[in-house]
Amino acid sequence: MKYSLVALAVLGLGASAVQAQEVVKLGAVAPLTGTQSHLGKDIENGVRLALEEYNAKGVTLGGKKVKFEVMAEDDAADPKTATTVAQRFVDAGVKGVIGHLNSGASIPASRIYNEGGIPQVSPASTNPKLTQQGFKATFRTIANDVQQGLGIGKYAATSLGKKVAVIDDRTAYGQGLADEVDKAVKASGGTVVTREFTSDKATDFLAILTRIKAKNPDVIVYSGMDAQGGPMLKQIKQLGINAKFITGDGGCTGEIIKLAGEAIGPNAYCTQPGLPLDKMPGGKDFNTRFKKRFNADVQIYAPYAYDAASAIVEAMKAANSSDPAKYAAHLGKVNFPGVIGTVAFDARGDIKDGAVTVYQFKAGKWEPVQ
Amino acid sequence: METLLQQIVNGLVVGSVYALIALGYTMVYGILGLINFAHGDVLMVGALVALEAIRLLQIHAPELGLVPTLLAGLSISVVVCMLLGYTIERTAYRRLRNAPRLAPLITAIGVSFLLQTIAMIIWGRNYHSFPELISTAPLEAVPGVFITPVQIAILMVSAVLMVALVLLVNKTRLGRAMRATAENHKVASLMGVDTNKIIAATFVIGSALAAVAGVMFSANYGTAHYAMGFLPGLKAFTAAVLGGIGNLGGAMLGGLVLGLVESIGAGYIADMSFGFLNSSYQDIFAFIILGIVLIFRPTGLLGERVADRA
Repeated sequence: MKYSLVALAVLGLGASAVQAQEVVKLGAVAPLTGTQSHLGKDIENGVRLALEEYNAKGVTLGGKKVKFEVMAEDDAADPKTATTVAQRFVDAGVKGVIGHLNSGASIPASRIYNEGGIPQVSPASTNPKLTQQGFKATFRTIANDVQQGLGIGKYAATSLGKKVAVIDDRTAYGQGLADEVDKAVKASGGTVVTREFTSDKATDFLAILTRIKAKNPDVIVYSGMDAQGGPMLKQIKQLGINAKFITGDGGCTGEIIKLAGEAIGPNAYCTQPGLPLDKMPGGKDFNTRFKKRFNADVQIYAPYAYDAASAIVEAMKAANSSDPAKYAAHLGKVNFPGVIGTVAFDARGDIKDGAVTVYQFKAGKWEPVQ
Repeated sequence: METLLQQIVNGLVVGSVYALIALGYTMVYGILGLINFAHGDVLMVGALVALEAIRLLQIHAPELGLVPTLLAGLSISVVVCMLLGYTIERTAYRRLRNAPRLAPLITAIGVSFLLQTIAMIIWGRNYHSFPELISTAPLEAVPGVFITPVQIAILMVSAVLMVALVLLVNKTRLGRAMRATAENHKVASLMGVDTNKIIAATFVIGSALAAVAGVMFSANYGTAHYAMGFLPGLKAFTAAVLGGIGNLGGAMLGGLVLGLVESIGAGYIADMSFGFLNSSYQDIFAFIILGIVLIFRPTGLLGERVADRA
């Protein structure tokens, strides 16, 4: 009798210990297959690292110890798949979503998160429209393309040359950024001699580059991703074009340097919202931790994804609840030192002080110019 | 004028790669009536295997010159792809040979996914830069018109391979057996042709061509990636249909025409439409041409001359 009481007590304790450990699932979504999967995995890893570190430290919400889990999904950089995945997250009852990478995926998915009452923080979608839809819980940790496009266009027209050719990859990101560049070039006294288009799956740009060559521009602006930018630089050299080259954050990676090989030189520039990884307040340390955990290099978005996940957890801590209805209001008010700098959002949900840095290719890597 | 010449050079180079890939589609279709959607992924495997082989050679046999390294890498990848082609035929398609047409078609799509996923597991999601073993430094052929040694090599290799394939099909015993099998499996096997062997040989030859195309593609653009086979595969399939699927000459003509139409389309569509359309319509332009050709010649440019299929 005595023993069974003890046994009951032990069982009871065990059960309450299990109950106290509440599992909070967060969604991480980005393209994990296809031509941008290296960048998608970067995002997933960023989220994973943040949540693992919170788990190791231990977070208590509403008196219960919580354990964060990542539900990672693949949107294949495709708007249709993105909405399916978004619905899956809503059905699975995740408490928040970090993603997507592509603006073209983020924008349609954000409507579903909004209706499902799930906060979304994108670490990479820079199209201005994302946060202009009036959704209360749509945020991003990266500067938007109005800021970045202005940076590229102004720098191109004032420092690189007056005649500008613009190429974009017809994605929501590429097109949106190119439109902002177009405006900024004209506002800075330059002219856009031609606008050409390609796709985010193409490898051959000779035809459009030949056309651009005939217009004899001083600068070629490429608004798209690194996987296209590398071969494009090669083909620019192949055609004997001497124009300078500048691209946005999608092409501001180590990958583009690897892919362009000998074709990249001091004529190549790129911009990045925010600060360079080694200039980010937590950048160096983050890089070491990331490398140790995943045995991979940070591509671009991992720090932004890390901070996006942290923002959600910080908001939960402030609300003392993982219920989206309760903590969503606190997301807009977070203010904490992240990897990328101070993480705080403006009224729309854009990151405050979204800086833009211009880089030039020097001695094998991207070096900040300003 | 030099812009037009440059666009023609661009188009010919892209077109000859399309043509080489299209031959693989068309050969298989000619014999089995099957559209082998995994063909583009065989190309991808070819490129990545060659890349891996070249990397190893550069570490373990650095004294080998640039071109021998490339040739060695190419040969290894051709052999691997031939084995792969054989395995795919043997395991995925042979059992379905008498099944309704839709079954092998779906299987082909499945094989395509399978190859991509395996390649993703082996080589990861990152883009790999393909070593520059033949120079991509531009040569000025005519003032203002540039061509690189890689592009010259692509044009020559494709031309040689296409001629070799036509000779193989038309002048050898194997070729005769292939043509016989294409015309009628059952009768061919009654005449003593081992049709299983011939069909396997067709896949092996097609895969070898895909491997060469993959290596040329990667050498030209300097990249390799597990999803790289999709777009060239799709374009080559279009080229095969444009030229008349099942017809060797048609695949070559279709490839070249598609390459030229794309590059001239991208270059001039804005001027031709008075600025109404722009280069984002370059693919549409190619498909409009395809549509027009198919309306007037439903069997493609060179038709599907049954006796010539192989």
